[in-house]
Amino acid sequence: MALPVVRLCLDPAPPRAADMGAAGVARLHGLFAAYKPPGLHWKHLRDTVELQLLKGLNARKPPAPQQRVRFLLGPVEGSEEKELTLTATSVPSLTNHPLVRGPAFTSLKIGMGHRLDVQASGVVVLGVGQGCSLLTDMYHAHLTKDYTVLGLLGKATDDFREDGRLVERTTYDHVTREKLDRILAVIQGSHQKALVTYSNLDLQTQEAYEMAVKGLIRPMNKSPMLVTGIRCLRFAPPEFLLEVQCMNETQKQLRSLVHEIGLELKTTAVCSHVRRTRDGCFTLDDALLRTQWNLNSIQDAMQAAAPRVAAELEKNLRLRLGTQQLQGPGWQGDNEGPSPALEGRTAGGAAVGKGQSCS
Amino acid sequence: MALSAQQIPRWLNSIKLNSLITAAQLRSHYGRPGQTLLHRLSAQPQVSSDSGFLQWGLKTFRTSSKWNSSSQCTKSSGQEIDSAQSTMLPSVSEQPQKTPNFDSELSLEDLDDVPPLSPLQPISEQEAVRIIADPPLPPDSFTLRDYVDHSETLQKLVLLGVDLSKIEKHPGAANLLLRLDFEKDINQVLLFLKDLGIEDSQLGAFLTKNYAIFSEDLENLKTRVAYLQSKSFSKSDITQMVRKAPFLLSFSVERLDNRLGFFQKELELNVKKTRDLVVRLPRLLTGSLEPVKENMKVYRLELGFKHNEIQHMITQIPKMLTANKRKLTETFDFVHNVMSIPHHIIVRFPQVFNARLFKVKERHLFLAYLGRAQYDPAKANYISLDKLVSVPDEIFCEEIAKASVQDFEKFLKTL
Repeated sequence: MALPVVRLCLDPAPPRAADMGAAGVARLHGLFAAYKPPGLHWKHLRDTVELQLLKGLNARKPPAPQQRVRFLLGPVEGSEEKELTLTATSVPSLTNHPLVRGPAFTSLKIGMGHRLDVQASGVVVLGVGQGCSLLTDMYHAHLTKDYTVLGLLGKATDDFREDGRLVERTTYDHVTREKLDRILAVIQGSHQKALVTYSNLDLQTQEAYEMAVKGLIRPMNKSPMLVTGIRCLRFAPPEFLLEVQCMNETQKQLRSLVHEIGLELKTTAVCSHVRRTRDGCFTLDDALLRTQWNLNSIQDAMQAAAPRVAAELEKNLRLRLGTQQLQGPGWQGDNEGPSPALEGRTAGGAAVGKGQSCS
Repeated sequence: MALSAQQIPRWLNSIKLNSLITAAQLRSHYGRPGQTLLHRLSAQPQVSSDSGFLQWGLKTFRTSSKWNSSSQCTKSSGQEIDSAQSTMLPSVSEQPQKTPNFDSELSLEDLDDVPPLSPLQPISEQEAVRIIADPPLPPDSFTLRDYVDHSETLQKLVLLGVDLSKIEKHPGAANLLLRLDFEKDINQVLLFLKDLGIEDSQLGAFLTKNYAIFSEDLENLKTRVAYLQSKSFSKSDITQMVRKAPFLLSFSVERLDNRLGFFQKELELNVKKTRDLVVRLPRLLTGSLEPVKENMKVYRLELGFKHNEIQHMITQIPKMLTANKRKLTETFDFVHNVMSIPHHIIVRFPQVFNARLFKVKERHLFLAYLGRAQYDPAKANYISLDKLVSVPDEIFCEEIAKASVQDFEKFLKTL
């Protein structure tokens, strides 16, 4: 009878962490929107979301305990003499027991799109896993964002917020709705001009004119805050509510806009609240509240948002490629600064080639 | 020293080894190679032969040649290992009983004379079968996963529910656990804890927190329990305290005495109330005392509560003593200044200090929007603070705000 061949005892390959919750982690790629409440730092929001997702992923049932094969010396059955031979037995192995190995998931890649500062609230887009690259695409798409800005007449502070250090108090009885609307129209007009300048479109062409008519002009480089639309929703002095559509903004710039409106009205104004109602294709209805920051809700939100995001990004890509044909001379590219006039003229072909490499 | 012991197995595995090894090194670290493999052998795998795990150390090709002689004494040596002491991980222990031919053949002075056995030398099938060439245990590792399958102690701890992955994060803890012997140290402590009244299912959580209890002297532990009993803590009280604050029994008697005295003096409650407080929140005794002192000052000076009001609040919610100062002041600022709730009502509902500030804010703003923010018990439609804070969202919306949860969510998105 042949004796068993002695082999080295090898543990079977332990399963990778991804396999255990494979179904869960596989679906956990994409973008979703959360509603950031005022008073919460954006980093805390991101960390809270990460913790909740990890909690959900680690709560899944661990796999069955592993076995490993060991060759143990034991007496041969049915022999009288004390002859020892090796028998293969499968013994349970504790190497991958959850109490020994620790939690299956310890970190997730979660990124945040356009941030909001601490006092502002509103829709904020987060990307999980592969969705983080979609965040970059969304940034390069230069989509507009909607804000509602609540202003307060009669005060001026140093940081344009209501609770900042008071600088000046003024009367505001002379302010009427018409004056406010006129000023807002002026602001919108000047920003429209800046929009055309920064998009470097040669408006003499027919296609560019048609695009401008449809409102599809967008600066594709870095630019200062550009307001594409602004109107007054409610005017009840001293309070007034504005709706602003803008891009490349920070919340501080929006507050300074309120301050400038106050100055234009020959009074002063501070901003008491900034709230983002739309970021790209994510609106208030899609945003998840604090109670919904858990694995299931986030997965559902990501699945619901995925087709819309894909459609939006594709539309934007086509738009950008179309715009590149129409770029005026001196257009540089996404990564370079906005001073095209100084660089001299480049051939149209070269501009398009560069553009395609960075899109 | 330990380092050279770790290097030796690899050195000995090569053929041209003799010249490298000095006799002095071998003298101090030489073990009984034949028996080093025996820990993995047992006639029945389920037999708990524990401490033999730690005698791994040197494995040489020489062992294969000695297998003939050692195989007959496999079982007997196995029992030797059971009774032997378990020792340091990298070094090898002495065996009380050795077969004589080991000594004569492998004495260090003769090392140079004995020709090394080549691995290419043919051996019989019987001998070949009896060689067990398990991969060697790593001499050092950053995790206990490498050792758990070879250590009965660790396996039993895992089956009890102890979380090794958390323990191994503390420096020195993993080495402590590996050096323990189940029969001698751990069993005694486990029986002691069970006598105290801790259930089997709770032992895991306890030991995960306080694994250092294994290195405590059993007499000291018993003295401390006797001290607590002398202070008229009942048996179930002591069980609850030890369960909630696992480090309690690691405090010496005088330290426990000092802390109990501190709470008695600081809070100026009577003995029974102090005892109830400590039983409810035993981590007051094991935690730092500075936050408690600071919080008492905050309540008195900054928030303006009277001493008897503070006493009432902390007997209801002991956690207030260890709360974060910044959160306390922010919560109080909102509740007192924005919600305009006077001190005497806050005293009646100290749960507000235990709740999250954003929850209080959101609910108050929703009630204010609906016009139902009425916190004065004298007037109609009064809403008490504890209902505002403690009930879950659905009940809050239905009964207190008399609105739907969707309305509440829509309102939250306007904040």
